[in-house]
Amino acid sequence: MKTVRIGAGLGFYGDSWLPVRASIERGGVQYIGSDHLAELTLAILQKDRARNPGAGFTRDLVPMLSALWPLAQPRGVKFVLNAGGLDPLAARAALASAFAANGWTARIAAVTGDDVIGRIDELHAAGEPLAHLDTGADIAAVRSRLVFANAYLGAKPIADALAQGADIVLTGRVADAALFLGPLVHEFGWAWDDWGRLAQGLTVGHLLECSGQGSGGNFGAADAWAQIPDLGHIGYPIAEVSEDGSAVITKAPGTGGRVDFDTVRQQLLYEVHDPHRYVSPDVVLDMGTLTLADLGGDRVAVKGAGGRPRPERLKILAGYEDGWMGSSVVGFCWPDAFRKAQAAVALVRQSLQEQRVPIDEMLVEYLGLDAFLGPHADVSQREDLNEVWVRVAVRTQDKRHADGLGRHFPWLALSGPPYMSGFHGVTPGSQLLGVWPALVARELVETRVDVSLLEVA
Amino acid sequence: MKVLLARIAHARSGDKADRADIGLFAYDAPSYAVIKREVTAERVAAHFAWLAEGPVERYPLDNILALKFVLNRALQGGAARSLRSDNLGKTIGAALLRMQIDIDPVEAAGLPRLRAQAR
Repeated sequence: MKTVRIGAGLGFYGDSWLPVRASIERGGVQYIGSDHLAELTLAILQKDRARNPGAGFTRDLVPMLSALWPLAQPRGVKFVLNAGGLDPLAARAALASAFAANGWTARIAAVTGDDVIGRIDELHAAGEPLAHLDTGADIAAVRSRLVFANAYLGAKPIADALAQGADIVLTGRVADAALFLGPLVHEFGWAWDDWGRLAQGLTVGHLLECSGQGSGGNFGAADAWAQIPDLGHIGYPIAEVSEDGSAVITKAPGTGGRVDFDTVRQQLLYEVHDPHRYVSPDVVLDMGTLTLADLGGDRVAVKGAGGRPRPERLKILAGYEDGWMGSSVVGFCWPDAFRKAQAAVALVRQSLQEQRVPIDEMLVEYLGLDAFLGPHADVSQREDLNEVWVRVAVRTQDKRHADGLGRHFPWLALSGPPYMSGFHGVTPGSQLLGVWPALVARELVETRVDVSLLEVA
Repeated sequence: MKVLLARIAHARSGDKADRADIGLFAYDAPSYAVIKREVTAERVAAHFAWLAEGPVERYPLDNILALKFVLNRALQGGAARSLRSDNLGKTIGAALLRMQIDIDPVEAAGLPRLRAQAR
């Protein structure tokens, strides 16, 4: 029976591509799917593009493929990457230029049509209010502050690009798991209403879309995390998929990490809402009937995913400007470290008030004490800490006050409580962004989707 | 007897818009029976009352010995507008594992993980 081997690329913009080498050289993969776009990554790319109109894609694309293409091409390994971000055509131009400079050849597809920020009036006119999916709020409230708005496309344009002969497929926003489902549909010729197989393919994609999290990285378990071998040479997960959709999750031989029942099921439920109704553009997945069988030797068999018909409407995710954050961190040493940190915060607060700095909200966190665990932290040693770091973060509508927060701290060094150190300097404020999920009729988006192929010869 | 949840289960958490989500995984079937009974949506909502403004949803998955929790309005509007150091909710799974649950000593004696840890 035919099987297809597909491996994980990056799990986010900034992730390492070094482990992908082992998947290509020793893992026998035919495809690599690579996810560069977290929910808010498009906001980063929008800022890049505002500074430089050709920069709307993730900058890791060219160095990543420059390192991997010489390994991949002789083995026939193809790539599907959403590194196109806001501008898959610019991404392709940059990649083609780098390949041409090296004298390399490739057929590079670009998938466009997910970007709807310029079409909002048109979508309204077509009867789409784009109300907030959770609150029902009117998008008019944030319209003038929108920085991006993109629909999640499915696997079909990716499968189409591969059918046209693409070696590398660059997309913008697609459902993360579609980066993997696309090649599987292309290879096996699954029908777009074969919900059971599509559900299995989606499951495979979901298990692979977060790179090392599918093979023992970020394994959230007391003590057991330390038993995961050689994270420094982790092997990203690889799926061996059969025509019926059943799959074995594994990794390249000789790599670190671990693929077992525990590491795979942690990833299975990661960032899933209702596991019986995991909605993608191509199929609705029910994980309730799925089985994970640990075969030993870093192999886990996955089958039995339930599939129901795809949704009528596609999800759009928009981001909007929502104020600024200023933050500062400073440390205090024993004696009375915690009390002194508290006193310093009180002095900063007083300084902000007396200077009438308009802030909407202030958050104080004692790093190393309870910033993560909140009321579940053990603070019994609080009055006798060796040292503690305090972080003050403020929300403000004015960038200048976010940038300026740090200037309320340095005077404490000579005029505040003793044994303060480790001030990291006055750091610029960061822009805060709200997310705006909405739904749209799929034909309004899909009729604009375009797949084009460029041959670099 | 009181048992720390981390002794019989493991967890991973993440974010989606203004929701934090946690997968809670029992190490074995007897432990799953315990967490399914004890770690209710109500208890988790109380545990995270300091963090989540909205309701907590729970989805049991008997097939993989897991409970899925979704904490609504838990990220100050979403990771990119949160002031918290853990804006992505990555540590919320660990916070859940700090929960203390009550187990009858006879039942506790039948839990493989606790037996192994006692040795």
